[in-house]
Amino acid sequence: MSEEDNKGPVEVPAPTESVEPKADAKAAAEEPVTPPPARRVETDEEKAARRKAALEAREASKAAAAQAAAQAAQAGTEGRAAAKAAGDGEGTSTVDDEPPRAPSPNQPRLDRVAALLRELVSEDAVEEAYINEPNDHLPTLVIKNEHWQIAAPLFRNHAELNCNYLRNVSGVDYETHMEVVYYPLNLDSRDCYCIKVRTDREQPSVPSVTPIWETANWNEREIYDLLGVDFPGHPDLRRIMMPDDWVGHPLRKDYVPLDPEV
Amino acid sequence: MIRTEELLLNVGPQHPSTHGVFRIVVKLDGEIITEATPVMGYLHRGTEKLAENLNFTQIIPYTDRMDYVSAMTNNYVLCHAVEKMMGLEIPERAEFMRLIVMEMQRVASHLVWWGTYLLDIGAMSPFLYAFSDRERILQMFNELCGARLTYNYMRVGGVKWDAPDGWIDKVKTFVKDMYNRLDEYHNLVSGNEIFLSRIKGIGQYDAKTAIDYGLSGANLRSTGVKWDLRKAEPYSLYDRFEFDVPVGKNGDCFDRYECRMEEIVQSLRILEQALEQFPGEGETMGKVPRVIRPPAGEIYVRIESPRGEIGCHIVSKGKAEPFRLKFRRPSFVNLQILPKLLVGESMTNLVTILGGIDIVLGEVDC
Repeated sequence: MSEEDNKGPVEVPAPTESVEPKADAKAAAEEPVTPPPARRVETDEEKAARRKAALEAREASKAAAAQAAAQAAQAGTEGRAAAKAAGDGEGTSTVDDEPPRAPSPNQPRLDRVAALLRELVSEDAVEEAYINEPNDHLPTLVIKNEHWQIAAPLFRNHAELNCNYLRNVSGVDYETHMEVVYYPLNLDSRDCYCIKVRTDREQPSVPSVTPIWETANWNEREIYDLLGVDFPGHPDLRRIMMPDDWVGHPLRKDYVPLDPEV
Repeated sequence: MIRTEELLLNVGPQHPSTHGVFRIVVKLDGEIITEATPVMGYLHRGTEKLAENLNFTQIIPYTDRMDYVSAMTNNYVLCHAVEKMMGLEIPERAEFMRLIVMEMQRVASHLVWWGTYLLDIGAMSPFLYAFSDRERILQMFNELCGARLTYNYMRVGGVKWDAPDGWIDKVKTFVKDMYNRLDEYHNLVSGNEIFLSRIKGIGQYDAKTAIDYGLSGANLRSTGVKWDLRKAEPYSLYDRFEFDVPVGKNGDCFDRYECRMEEIVQSLRILEQALEQFPGEGETMGKVPRVIRPPAGEIYVRIESPRGEIGCHIVSKGKAEPFRLKFRRPSFVNLQILPKLLVGESMTNLVTILGGIDIVLGEVDC
């Protein structure tokens, strides 16, 4: 589908034409549903890189009209980013200053976990902490790679957290960095968390959690196979989906198939 | 003196008891398995990679082909994730349609499992019983969406086709008949001594192991853990209906068998209530933008498929295509426990244990 299809009668407000008024309209229309701080807060480099990548891709493929639309879309993102920046104080705060809004029901839980990590792991273990509001107010924490090895057993064993069930492990290639996303769950209290661990893209490596949750075993093998993330401490890190002699990691954004015909 | 030599045996990848293209390399000491190494990927189609170049409506047919025995629940998990990201409202009639087909699918899926499991163990006729009943469900799905296996039925915002005239009554009749058929099944199989001696106490594990391995579905519930996402984290309309979550006690193949058989009954109960409350008229498609473009962000949703927790993790950058789409496939996660269960078992139990886990290879390999 192309950009022109945007103007459908029941389209959610998306900035396609002018820059300023649309951006405002978008912010206004969105606020009752999704408050800005609930969004994933990006770092400046990420934002810049994403913008640049998006621009390049569009310039290459689309006509001038489509380009204008793309820029308008970016202006919209900027507007939202600016609104977001206000709520992003130390990284733990998700309380917005502009519209008075009830804090998320999971906010105390998030604050508590962040405090626990700061106290028991390291003062700078938590890079970011926010509530992912569209996703059932899921408390989301970004944990520094070097502290993950100590933080992971804490999630499993700490009496307050007791996340005995790891429901999912995903890997994401963000083009600027890699991210491994964990969803530990406490089966008794039904508290779920989203933990993200970022890693460098050239030498991606995240400590394995297989010794802590056995279920991570194949999940980590899959991420290694498809994204090339190394998991030191994994008992048996081999390819799982692709053949053993496969070259490259297919889910990486820069993956080039050896034989483009296939 | 009798001496045994270690034997390396390849089971699969085209052995019928592996339910698809799954290979397992076993080391045998006589008849006893000393080591088992699963090998998979024969059916890996790169769904997650393909999805990055497709819009969300185009991905729905790919989800059909993951767990092809339970395509409706796979359809649902993707649509549900996108709807949640966009904050869409689904018309009640559409949600009812979805729930009804998902529960019918659960019955159909468990019937396939029941038939093929007994076939694995050596009983031929139950397979024919199960498939004749499953056929009725497939016929009804065929009337609904013109496909018997890969339905492509749901859309972001609702369902593609409304129920044809008289369809709901057909389902009602089916539900009534199915109760009787289940009694017949139990008469035929559940008390059979040979069958019981093949599955009682086989492939046993405790709740702690099951949780550690991240098992879900009947594999987890057979150990006594009462965890069903329809109850624990209700989605769709499941909080409106009364049903129980059957749990086992010993965590062996027999308990898994009992759990699944009871789940069929519970699905029928849900179906009865849903068909009773089915709204006479209404929209089957909500108000959805022409181009489905979830806002930038991330979401993980999970639902209870017949095999366990199926999850969908979407990372969106505000485009029509997902930036990253990852499915948490229950078969893939559940299968991890297999090598652990097999060690020390006799070769004859390999098929029993593998069948008891209930995997679909399309989903394992994705």
